[in-house]
Amino acid sequence: MKRTETQTPSHLQQGTCAVNIKVNGEEKTLYVQPWVSLLDGLRDHLNLTGTKKGCDHGQCGACTIICDDKRILSCLTLAVMKNGSEITTVEGIAHGEELHPIQQAFIDHDAFQCGYCTPGQLCSAIGLIKEGKANSREEVKELMSGNLCRCGANIGIIDAIMQVKDGGNNE
Amino acid sequence: MNNFEYRRASDTKDAINLIHQQEKSKFLAGGTNLIDLWKYNITNPTSLVDINHIAELSEIKALPDGGVRLGAGFKNADTAYHPIIEQQYPLLSKAILAGASAQIRNMASNGGNLLQRTRCYYFYDPEVPCNKRVPGSGCPAKLGYNRIHAILGTSEQCIAVFPSDMCIALAALDALVNVEGPEGKRTINFADFHRLPDDRPDLDNTLKPGELIISIDLPEKGFTTNYSYLKLRDRHSYAFALVSVATAMELDGDTIKDIRIALGGVAHKPWRSKEAEDFLIGKNASAENFSTAADLILKDAKGFGHNDFKIKLAKKAIIRNGLMALNPDTQLPGAKPSA
Repeated sequence: MKRTETQTPSHLQQGTCAVNIKVNGEEKTLYVQPWVSLLDGLRDHLNLTGTKKGCDHGQCGACTIICDDKRILSCLTLAVMKNGSEITTVEGIAHGEELHPIQQAFIDHDAFQCGYCTPGQLCSAIGLIKEGKANSREEVKELMSGNLCRCGANIGIIDAIMQVKDGGNNE
Repeated sequence: MNNFEYRRASDTKDAINLIHQQEKSKFLAGGTNLIDLWKYNITNPTSLVDINHIAELSEIKALPDGGVRLGAGFKNADTAYHPIIEQQYPLLSKAILAGASAQIRNMASNGGNLLQRTRCYYFYDPEVPCNKRVPGSGCPAKLGYNRIHAILGTSEQCIAVFPSDMCIALAALDALVNVEGPEGKRTINFADFHRLPDDRPDLDNTLKPGELIISIDLPEKGFTTNYSYLKLRDRHSYAFALVSVATAMELDGDTIKDIRIALGGVAHKPWRSKEAEDFLIGKNASAENFSTAADLILKDAKGFGHNDFKIKLAKKAIIRNGLMALNPDTQLPGAKPSA
């Protein structure tokens, strides 16, 4: 997708939709054309560039965010579909300066190298822990398979999730 | 990639009316396939009718006859983890959880799962001919790279496969699809919902223009004791099936009283063989009998070169999954082979 498509002052165009969403605790209104993905809405309209565009086709998981308590792919979601929703991106998971336990665990376990997949991995891990369906390491691996890491930090990522999951801090 | 109009439908009637106001309108549920196809320029809707806020579509409820009704808008993950589905239809739960990723299952709807388009590389590439995408343009897959393609029910025009896991279980369970359109409501047997390519590979299913899937009914019989879904693919997780098998059995001692075997990854629709299932009824659930049944299921199988391996793989998968169904507890997460 070309960046210029969302850089025009779209609120002046016919067909523009007002999308009200709560992002990381703050009420926001996006004025976007229907074809703007939630990912582009967050990155280009709200300047929340923590969420990454990897494949833009739902194959890599880099764009994973938490929407109404569920981990979803923001690249395969239109912003207009989420009018009225509550969204958490990687920018919103820490409490001020205090890291979210999963962020600390990623540091403890060397769970990233280049870091490009990390925001998606973190949001996906938080979603996985909330869902409460992964009871074993094998199940954690299976339920994290939608997030690819080309650096090969997967073992550290699974270690980090196991630590937080078993530590019981599931926020 | 084109822009489009976006409208939220308030109820099913509204959705069906809205879809008719423009020729190239599409219903939008999870969007996981539609938005991807739109980004690749494979589909170019001028208008999307969002059906995510229709209460009727989001239900899951027990039916008076002992079956269960799944709303078309109910999400794949919510379906797989619903206590009724886990308890009464564990085969369906396993099959859903073998598909896609956790994120996509959180987004994707049950109705949308039925309407997934093939992942044939040539269908997905607008630069090359494809009879499914542009009728009459040709099929490069037959003489091209066809590792993922069909071995059963192919036509001169198309050798694409239907990619769903969920639907393989629904086929085995003899589900019913309730639809509503401008001409009213009707119910379609699952076996008749998807179609073979024949000379119209552009049509994946038997829905009429403007019809909306409202719900999927599961008959009472859920095969809760002996069932298994086996999915074989190029990586351990988050990949489409090369071959998958859903097996549901009712046993009387060692003897098969009732059995359903549905195959995925091998045809343009979930594949069942009445002949093979009839052969197994009254026989022991043994590797030898599953092997004979596999030969019946695959007797007309035909490879196209790169996918020849699927014939042997399917046979082994049918036998293996029949034996796995004897001990569902041994299954690993993600429908992998039991140890």
